Amino acid sequence: MEKRILTCIGCPMGCELTVELKGSEVVSVSGYTCRRGKVYGEKEVTHPTRIVTTTVRVDGGAAPVVPVKTRGDIPKDKIFACIRALKNVTVQAPVRAGDTVLRDAAGTGVDVIALKDVGC
Amino acid sequence: MREYAVVIIGGGPAGLAAAVSAAEQGEKEILILERDSELGGILNQCIHNGFGLHTFQEELTGPEYAARYIEKVRQMGIPCLTDTMVLDISPEKIVTAVSPREGLFQIQAQAVILAMGCRERPRGALNLPGYRPAGIFTAGTAQRLVNVEGRMPGREVVILGSGDIGLIMARRMTLEGAKVKVVAELMPYSGGLKRNIVQCLEDYGIPLKLSHTVVNIHGKERLTGVTLAQVDGSGRPIPGTEEEYCCDTLLLSVGLIPENELSRGAGVELNPLTSGPVVDESFQTSTEGIFACGNVLHVHDLVDFVSEEAAGAGRHAVEYIRGKRGQDICGKHGQGTALAIVPGAGVRYTVPSILHPERMEETVKLRFRVRDVYRNCYVTVRAGEKQLLRRKKQILTPGEMEQAVIQAEALAAVLPQETITVSVEEV
Repeated sequence: MEKRILTCIGCPMGCELTVELKGSEVVSVSGYTCRRGKVYGEKEVTHPTRIVTTTVRVDGGAAPVVPVKTRGDIPKDKIFACIRALKNVTVQAPVRAGDTVLRDAAGTGVDVIALKDVGC
Repeated sequence: MREYAVVIIGGGPAGLAAAVSAAEQGEKEILILERDSELGGILNQCIHNGFGLHTFQEELTGPEYAARYIEKVRQMGIPCLTDTMVLDISPEKIVTAVSPREGLFQIQAQAVILAMGCRERPRGALNLPGYRPAGIFTAGTAQRLVNVEGRMPGREVVILGSGDIGLIMARRMTLEGAKVKVVAELMPYSGGLKRNIVQCLEDYGIPLKLSHTVVNIHGKERLTGVTLAQVDGSGRPIPGTEEEYCCDTLLLSVGLIPENELSRGAGVELNPLTSGPVVDESFQTSTEGIFACGNVLHVHDLVDFVSEEAAGAGRHAVEYIRGKRGQDICGKHGQGTALAIVPGAGVRYTVPSILHPERMEETVKLRFRVRDVYRNCYVTVRAGEKQLLRRKKQILTPGEMEQAVIQAEALAAVLPQETITVSVEEV
């Protein structure tokens, strides 16, 4: 049986959670003081996900870069692959907030969108 | 001289929310003055997500959060002058500003809302020894370089201070290919939000050394390394605990200071505990008709609370203009008593710090910070000796702003009193 120690991010308490795993099955979560801790512990060990934000280069724009984010959360272990994929992206000004700058980032099925308008 | 009813100094989150709120009260003559070339303030460089959970019930990035308010300001037709630096505000509410388009000009305001935000404590405030090599930045400067200007400040990074911007930049620099070696924090607890410790440091295996500080800086032209040491209970380095770290970049995330030079010029009394103006429940300062909100008033952790506070300031500024509440403030002009709100045991400061029971709305929200980490304790609000509120808290930390709501009815029942005290009681 595998044991994982986590810090809950549900509130400033920062409860130390101990999650017991059998293979990929959560057997038990302990150390939480409210329900949020249990839910967080289960998700964080089975399929942790994050929204990724970074910038991509802009060609011919009023600003050299535009901030972007994954439209939804992606698996935590895909973060660096997503960042690498975005390193090769240059968008042409003008950019509108919400424009897709990369489709299906690093095979996650999640698009990356611009967060801001950048004029020419 | 141009005339406006409400002039708002600063077009960041506080200024925008104050403007929208004042316009929603039906005020037509509002003007926002912003020194940057675009609205949005610090949110423009805060490209991470986590903004807006309270305001919009969704997680937005900084630019998206700003855009929601900028859109409203546009729709409401509120005029904004960007690239415009305010040089002076007189107690008579004459605002002197300068811009490349118009040169020097003056505006007579009926009410002024201070929304200038804060700035970072710099190296000079820390007494760090060593030369002054390139490569030492405040975390916010590095954030602007990376996120707005598309430049990397360095490749091997040590971060001093665990404020939220430092934590966010630890992750950001890592994603951009830098090696963040360590985050050192002088205090025995982090100054940042728990969420940021986990998602910015633990996710990337970046060590956080509590009770540690930088005791030496190496390098003459460019930073080549720093020496960290552990500190004792009073913050003094412990000999023999020194460790050297090679790095070309040191980021400082060691606190934010409200930017109140203009406030001082307007005769606004400042609170030494917050470095921001002393305000009453309507966010009015000691200078009649001048209001304050956002990080210029006290430093916030969450923009959602800035927006809420600023909306209050905008609404009260319009009410002030309409003369709904008479002309006296802070009990200085006769009618209406003023209660002093004082920080009691375990509480560092409260905002507001003055309350007028006759003028308050049905409820008033007190925001405060505690001095230390407290577990299983009570937050108590008393008027004189009479208890108004007692609430159990599992944990209170200095890094997270707290709030307590005073009900006008409950307060009226125990008056007259001279002070309201907010304190932490350990069990």
